[in-house]
Amino acid sequence: MADKKTDTDPMAQTESMPMLHRVIFAVLLIALIILPFYVYPIFAMKVMCFALFAAAFNLLLGFGGLLSFGHAAYFGGASYIAAHAAKVWGLTPELSVLCGAAAAGVLGFVIGSLAIRRQGIYFAMVTLAFAQMVYFVALQADFTGGEDGIQSVPRGDLFGLIPLADNIALYFFVLAVTFCGILLLYRIVHSPFGQVLKAIRENEPRAISLGYDVNRYKLIVFTLSATMAGVAGATKAQVFQLASLTDVHWSMSGEVVLMTLLGGMGTIFGPLVGAGIIVTMQNYLATFGAWVTVIQGVIFVLGVLMFREGIVGVLARWLKRPL
Amino acid sequence: MFELLGIPPQVLLGQLLLGLINGSFYAVLSLGLAVIFGLLNIINFAHGALYMAGAFVAWMLLAYLGIGYWPALILAPLIVGVFGIVLERTMLSRLYHLDHLYGLLLTFGLALIIQGLFRNYYGISGLPYQIPDLLSGGHNLGFMFLPNYRAWVVAASVVVCFGTWFMIEKTRLGAYLRAATENPVLVGAFGVNVPLMIMLTYGFGVALAGFAGVLAAPIYSVNPTMGEQLIIVVFAVVVIGGMGSIMGAILTGYMLGIVEGLTRVFYPEGSAVVIFVIMAIVLMIKPEGLFGRPV
Repeated sequence: MADKKTDTDPMAQTESMPMLHRVIFAVLLIALIILPFYVYPIFAMKVMCFALFAAAFNLLLGFGGLLSFGHAAYFGGASYIAAHAAKVWGLTPELSVLCGAAAAGVLGFVIGSLAIRRQGIYFAMVTLAFAQMVYFVALQADFTGGEDGIQSVPRGDLFGLIPLADNIALYFFVLAVTFCGILLLYRIVHSPFGQVLKAIRENEPRAISLGYDVNRYKLIVFTLSATMAGVAGATKAQVFQLASLTDVHWSMSGEVVLMTLLGGMGTIFGPLVGAGIIVTMQNYLATFGAWVTVIQGVIFVLGVLMFREGIVGVLARWLKRPL
Repeated sequence: MFELLGIPPQVLLGQLLLGLINGSFYAVLSLGLAVIFGLLNIINFAHGALYMAGAFVAWMLLAYLGIGYWPALILAPLIVGVFGIVLERTMLSRLYHLDHLYGLLLTFGLALIIQGLFRNYYGISGLPYQIPDLLSGGHNLGFMFLPNYRAWVVAASVVVCFGTWFMIEKTRLGAYLRAATENPVLVGAFGVNVPLMIMLTYGFGVALAGFAGVLAAPIYSVNPTMGEQLIIVVFAVVVIGGMGSIMGAILTGYMLGIVEGLTRVFYPEGSAVVIFVIMAIVLMIKPEGLFGRPV
């Protein structure tokens, strides 16, 4: 799915992280540590959750070549489960997030195993339709609170010890979760498994002829992506103390595609940049009402028509380094 | 009249009719998607938004220009179709050499723009559109009351679907179309203007969506989200039917509408998801879809 141009990436090394990436991750971490003292922490946490969501989605699209148009199902589904676990079962934050992630993983495995039977556009439609099923369940099931969602979810105490009611404490919890999540995704991409994925994306028949069980790889990457999207959604439920229909609605699936496309699909840092821009835009343009939708649509159209590499993709081309 | 499993026949037949009407919309919309997909290889995500635009154009023709339902039934699809042709010429035509998924993403963006614009100007509350005088009222069939307009919707959609099927499968123009789907370069070499044909096909498919929108206007209130709810179901219909055949799109559309109606009688909670459940089952047994050609 990624443009062939951007794939000059000679990253055959599966061993250590290149210096450039180390520096970027280090700068990112330092920036994120001092950020909450300058920016409203809730906003910064929202950006991080969406950055992880977009990175998880990019694992599937950018590196697996599979366009899921229903990733809101795992993101929003996990946020419902995590909210329910924290509120009704009284679990601690880290266990609620794990519950949400596990649920998203199982859901991803089930939907993925059906969706990979179809390819390309059909695959996108199938994932979308299944996500819509999840939406209806979220709308109608007993525990989800219908239109209201699950509200006033308690933030609880981390490991039963550290209260997260304070925004700064929660911020560092979210930072730890999302940063580790993104590093994990980085690791997956640069593992032998990630190399096989790349081979499948570039030339599926050849990968099959080389003896790879292509469908198994697709299913694994789908499940991994769904699980990480679930981590992001579950964490978001903690941040906003809310699980709502917005997060399972298909426009959320579109939004994550937009973030990835804008930042640069198939790049490591693109989804993070894309998520940052889109969330910031939504935050500051919120007063314009439906114009935000129109602007997003315009970005989508322009992105597809003349900016397919995305911001980070273009940067990577200038620097002649994979980013 | 007999009772079926404790369900009064009026309720059963009423829901069947409702299912048939929904099925009519599914059929016309998935037919448009199939026609566009056949030649452009693009899943037109903007289809729902263009269906909504059809309803709005009909409403605007009446509200601003005093043009009634019958002229609107011709005019609105034409306007939407021309708009579609503009979209095809200015945007979609630049994507044919790329991965098909970019078409999906582009049309998704277009759907957001169209929906956002209508929402800005008309809100989300929905605008009423009168049933034309000729079709108001209804007939008492003895066992149920049949509103005329609903009967007309079913009839009109059957005629349009059959007409489209006939044109594509039985006429010379349709033969060119089908040939161009297989091998556009070769058909072009025979002197057929393939880009023109692609352009008109997109216009036609989109006009079908606009036509469905006008049909829908008097039944559902005209509002910017009417297409958004429908399009996902239509995608599921398309997956179930399999995109291989025009007939498949039509039959699956009606069939699933009826199945949905029946579910509403026997298990109301399930009616919103039954189509997706069927989709899951079909994918398990026959991944290429009921009428699709094996891949």
